[in-house]
Amino acid sequence: MSIPLLDIKALTVEFGTRRGVVDAVRQVSVTVAKGETVGIVGESGSGKSVTSYAVMRILDRAGRIAGGSIVFGGINVGKADERTMRDLRGREMSMIFQNPRAALNPIRSVGRQIEDVLIEHSLATRADAREKAIDVLKAVRINDPESRYHAYPFELSGGMCQRVVIAIALACRPQLLIADEPTTGLDVTTQKAVMDLIRELTAERNMSTLLITHDLGLAAAYCDRIVVMEKGRVVEEADTATLFADPQHPYTRRLLQATPRLDSKVADLLPEEDSRRRTPSARPPGEALLRIQDLVKVFPGKDKGDEYRAVDGLSFEVRCGESLGLVGESGCGKSTTSSMIMRLLDPTSGSIQFNGEDIGAVPGKRFAGHPARAGLQMVFQDPTDSLNPRWSARRSISDPLMRLGNVRGSALRAKVEALAEMVGLPEHLLDRFPHQLSGGQKARVGIARAIALEPKLLILDEPTAALDVSVQAVVLNLLVELRERLGMSYLFISHDLNVVRLLCERVLVMKAGRIVEQGPAEQLLDSPEHPYTRELLAAIPHPPAGMVPSPIRGEPQAMVR
Amino acid sequence: MSLSSVKNFARHARYVMTENPVTALAALLFLLIVIAAVAGPALVPYDPMATDGGRALQPPSWDHWFGTDHLGRDVFSRVVVATRLDLMISLAAVAIAFVIGSAMGAVAGYFGGWADRITGRLLDTIMAFPLFVLAMGVVAAAGNTIENIVYATAIINLPFYARMARAEVNIRRHAGFVQAARLSGNGDWRILAQHIFPNTLPPMMVQISLNMGWAILNAAGLSFIGLGVRPPTPEWGIMVAEGANFIVSGEWWLAFFPGVALMLAVFTFNLLGDGLRDLVDPQRRT
Repeated sequence: MSIPLLDIKALTVEFGTRRGVVDAVRQVSVTVAKGETVGIVGESGSGKSVTSYAVMRILDRAGRIAGGSIVFGGINVGKADERTMRDLRGREMSMIFQNPRAALNPIRSVGRQIEDVLIEHSLATRADAREKAIDVLKAVRINDPESRYHAYPFELSGGMCQRVVIAIALACRPQLLIADEPTTGLDVTTQKAVMDLIRELTAERNMSTLLITHDLGLAAAYCDRIVVMEKGRVVEEADTATLFADPQHPYTRRLLQATPRLDSKVADLLPEEDSRRRTPSARPPGEALLRIQDLVKVFPGKDKGDEYRAVDGLSFEVRCGESLGLVGESGCGKSTTSSMIMRLLDPTSGSIQFNGEDIGAVPGKRFAGHPARAGLQMVFQDPTDSLNPRWSARRSISDPLMRLGNVRGSALRAKVEALAEMVGLPEHLLDRFPHQLSGGQKARVGIARAIALEPKLLILDEPTAALDVSVQAVVLNLLVELRERLGMSYLFISHDLNVVRLLCERVLVMKAGRIVEQGPAEQLLDSPEHPYTRELLAAIPHPPAGMVPSPIRGEPQAMVR
Repeated sequence: MSLSSVKNFARHARYVMTENPVTALAALLFLLIVIAAVAGPALVPYDPMATDGGRALQPPSWDHWFGTDHLGRDVFSRVVVATRLDLMISLAAVAIAFVIGSAMGAVAGYFGGWADRITGRLLDTIMAFPLFVLAMGVVAAAGNTIENIVYATAIINLPFYARMARAEVNIRRHAGFVQAARLSGNGDWRILAQHIFPNTLPPMMVQISLNMGWAILNAAGLSFIGLGVRPPTPEWGIMVAEGANFIVSGEWWLAFFPGVALMLAVFTFNLLGDGLRDLVDPQRRT
């Protein structure tokens, strides 16, 4: 085998923290050959991003390379001086970050930002920079590059911004591209477009790519070789096909199992011995609990008289005990719809009937004291953002009970503890603040708060989007269990058809404020009729089909906390 | 719960101090200032008001550490005793400015619209004046008393709190936890008071601390030009003003020591800000 382009040997990275030195990465060895795409897959805290930062030598001040070596194209990155690194970064290896909007300078036009990189690395002069920048924009398939050259990041969509970031990263034709969760936060169809673009461009230029991701499906679709990391260590490394056909390490198997695939049921996501596995029981749907008719929300546009119809004549109903999925990409109006149903936002027109009463007519401002308030609750998308940072978990869960349930004193204490137990949150965590809890624990606090008043309808707004797949598996099973126990109806909002199918009997597909297709979940996913539904389905990356992981031996449960 | 939370807080305070030596230094100076303010009159060797013509204008010595002034009063005693008055004025002024300013700003930031427009223009009007001149004007118009110094200082500090509170509340207005609070049946005022406002405290603490120093300087400045506190009351600004006449003739200690005290007090509060923020921010606690 020839000398690899990037050779990481026994890398150890330490971080100095309040509680002493922590090893974020321990004895990690990864190689990337010329022209190869290697995926580093792992959940949060696995050290996958830290590894890539170490390669670029852009670790936080508290972090340092404590052991091992990183050799890139014959240069020892660990020992190189800052000048050498500055030449390497951008020109020889570059990086794409998770949030494209944050990676771009908001007050500089995208064309200028590309020029900056070209001029910095002496690949263009002031005279021809503009022309070259436009060529670069063309290379990442941005329509009408001459006018996009003048656009500012806020004028572009997330996918467009990521293309610009890619354009900047590839402007100097580096040999190695590190993509750190390049499509997290993007819609599935955009994700596909962006990933396809990265694959094409890197293949064209015979570049190597290091793809850092939490999504096994994505890694499967785009990587030649996959390295699985857990808690700072590499647990398994294999060719993509081998890894999926015959995973060796128990952690890899659990990860594979927790990743929803086309045919999995919600219980399949957890190991067989896991006591938290649940199977939704098919129940005859009851009468209509929520009935939406001709719901319209119009926002004023940029110019006077201009308007934007975020929700455009939506009608559907949720029956008692039913789980309804609402699927669509960002900007399709699904979040606006949920805000209107939750009465956080007033509809422009149309009616929202809940339990036979038109709650759409009650102004949102005054709905806090309405008797129907307790019956309508919601689990928010971002568990961190939805908890008051200054309130302990106990206080957050108590809040609805005190305000609407009128529970006080020891009864309140008992109720909160019962709720915590119900959602699987250990009691000693109740007095912690949100930043002291993990993502999964925060999600549980959010769920406990939402079910505290035993609502009839629970809106789940991408409740697992911010969670690791193994935690998502547990939370999805928990949601199935809670629905059975409390007899709630769910309105499950998501962009991920795979996850929606696990939980919902019926699915609505939304686009540009309208429903384009609806039907029973299985039917809609097996034989979609509308082209948009088909496009959505095709864009989801899957682990290779037909591969069912063998039953997991040993270490049941231990992973998910 | 309460005992353990006190313990936690103490542990956290110790951590904040050890992590940042500047904070520890500031805390030490602050302690010194507080002791001087509380127990100053009982500790000092001489009566700060007692005049003694025979010992006038003596340079610093073992008997009179900071020397004596033109009326034979002990400068050290006067500097220490003055701490209480200066601290009280600035503390009261900052408290008033903080309470009213942050309430105004929070309401403006949360409700927006007319509330925002009216408070915004009001604050702009205050900010349009050179602030010290405005304070002079207020004291001159309202009467030459200590209370009026407090009010004047509070008025000129108010816009800073109001603007900061407005900005901090405004960015949290649509946060997820605010929507969740609404779903839990909280009304607007409760959301503002219990959910949003406490989250604005960490940056406000820095502002309070910086402002304390500034308020001391402002109060001393007003006394320096003869407004507010009147001689023979010991007060740093007056002492500097009185001492300034003697610098030319070589009696530097009259103005120097109260000046140093003033500088140290301002310095302390400026340094204390970051430490205070770390102390009230639960996210810094682990």
